[in-house]
Amino acid sequence: MSSQAVAAEKSAAEELLRVEGLSREFPLTSGLLEQLRFEGGKLVRRQESVRAVNGVDLQVRRGEALCVVGESGCGKSTLARVVMGLIRPTAGSVRFEGTRIDNLSAEKLLPFRRKMQMIFQNPYASLNPRMTVKQTLEEPVRFHSPGIGRAALGDKVNDVMRSVGVDPGWNERFPHEFSGGQRQRISIARALMTDPEFIVADEPISALDVSIQAQVLNLLMEAQEQRGLTYLFITHDLSVVEHFGTRVAVMYLGALCELAITGQLFSRPRHPYTQALLSAIPRLDQERPSHMKLMGEVPTPINLPSGCFFHPRCVHAQDRCRHELPKLFDSGDGTLVACHAVQEGRLD
Amino acid sequence: MALLEVKNLEVKFPLRQGELTALRDVSFSLDRGERLGIVGESGAGKSVAAFAILNLVSRPGYISGGKILFEGRDLAGLSRSELRTIRGNRINMIFQDPMMTLNPVLTIGTQMIECLRAHRRITPAAARQLAIEKLRAVSIPSPEARIDQYPHELSGGMRQRVVIAIALLTDPSVIIADEPTTALDVTIQAEIMELLLELCEHNNVALILITHDLGVVSQVTQRAIVMYAGRIVEEGATRRIIDSARHPYTQGLINALPERTRPGQRLNQIPGVMPSLMDIPQGCAFHPRCQLRIDACQQQLPAYSGSEHARVACLRVDEQERAQ
Repeated sequence: MSSQAVAAEKSAAEELLRVEGLSREFPLTSGLLEQLRFEGGKLVRRQESVRAVNGVDLQVRRGEALCVVGESGCGKSTLARVVMGLIRPTAGSVRFEGTRIDNLSAEKLLPFRRKMQMIFQNPYASLNPRMTVKQTLEEPVRFHSPGIGRAALGDKVNDVMRSVGVDPGWNERFPHEFSGGQRQRISIARALMTDPEFIVADEPISALDVSIQAQVLNLLMEAQEQRGLTYLFITHDLSVVEHFGTRVAVMYLGALCELAITGQLFSRPRHPYTQALLSAIPRLDQERPSHMKLMGEVPTPINLPSGCFFHPRCVHAQDRCRHELPKLFDSGDGTLVACHAVQEGRLD
Repeated sequence: MALLEVKNLEVKFPLRQGELTALRDVSFSLDRGERLGIVGESGAGKSVAAFAILNLVSRPGYISGGKILFEGRDLAGLSRSELRTIRGNRINMIFQDPMMTLNPVLTIGTQMIECLRAHRRITPAAARQLAIEKLRAVSIPSPEARIDQYPHELSGGMRQRVVIAIALLTDPSVIIADEPTTALDVTIQAEIMELLLELCEHNNVALILITHDLGVVSQVTQRAIVMYAGRIVEEGATRRIIDSARHPYTQGLINALPERTRPGQRLNQIPGVMPSLMDIPQGCAFHPRCQLRIDACQQQLPAYSGSEHARVACLRVDEQERAQ
């Protein structure tokens, strides 16, 4: 616990990435004809959209591993892609080292792309099956620094392959010749080739077996120490977060519920959704399932509930929760919570 | 007599490159109302073992040896029509992905009634009544309305509840659940697991739970089997295996979990990967990854030591436990 707290304090000073009021909607109806409906004898135009991310404020501090957790459909992957500039936000901004990057042209974004790299969930889909490992690793460097010499590039490939634990002698092989764990090492190597400062990892170990997950997680931690990397780590696996994260952000229906230092979040979760989520982790020392029951199911992000998005499932919901969207506030010990019940002192 | 007894089961897949042995010498038993976990990583053979019980090994795979005794009758020797009186009736299965198991073009009711009428003489109206009852038993809200819906109209968690309701329709003695919650979110997983556990206890149904998640095994099962490269490496009471595993692979698997290390520290990883079933190492299949290996491990396939329900296949365990 203490090492995480120290890391959190150290990185508190410097902010690498800042996300403000970020929203992203995906329209469901594209053409005008699709939007027209006949209602009550009148022709009306109605536009529906999936509201994947709704007003997220977030800072990533240099050197930390900020984990974003939530269940499927909570918008965590969309958040990652907007941060990387792979999709544009509908509202809000993303700043990297103080410069706003979400509205830059592809050309102006290039220098930032070198500093920000991404690792994807499925190493079977994210490596080009027709490129050898060497070609895969060389491509980003050739792209970002076209002047690099052949010998220097070769050395670099060998160095990075060695650092992720793949024998450089295998650099002429194709992805299908490697196991899932090895492929994920190669994906990590590709991300490291441009010497990035910031890595967005979207469920990087979810597709792997338990014993291989430990290997890849250790590798990510090693790379962080040696290169001073900063991670935005997207996952649904809470036991990994508890181990790996400096701070944790919990998302529900595209909005942040709680943001806290890992140790604090796990020892004292404040938001009712965080509490339910943590209680659902199957633990080795449990002889029966014991979890907090939530009412109903996650609503679709097309018709978001009014007020607090979580209120239809929350036992502490009151009138205010049904009408007013809670904002993140500091609950006293640095933990940010978006919950009226916590703010009013109704809930510890 | 045990309800279900698997004896020296062997499953092979003839492939162009040669014959692949997916299961080797797999034996275990299951009592009435008991809950057994089968644990292992992908490729360990845990699903093949479950499929083989119901003679569902996909071609070209075949059962090349061993017996599967259900209430004393060998399932491997039954004709297809005889097997049908047991499969889907006395022994039912729950698969990983409910979207793949349910027929998307039929309503839930049609599928449930079809299943009942395949095994029993029952009028459609009575079958429908029974189906509604079972949907209520798995806590589906307003089952009278839900029964006429199609699978796509339900959420993932609800679909898996429907699959469980179908598995319970015929009042089976055994349910085999193959990674029933792997495709679901963690809060839904907790609910489904609790439901499955309660239903099995309440109806005295025996459960074989196949999973890679040791936390789930710990919560639901009484006894567990750990598989590696097509063979059982350890069997024992679940609590005993989790608290003091004996086989180095089981130990490695449990110690590799993040909750077994202080936050921020390196995880205890097992080096290497599980061998391909085409190319299983000589001797103990785990020896290339094992910290405790000696020369004998490379030559000799370790035999089981211990009793029927608390056994381990490792040359070094005997030695170490004797020394203690």
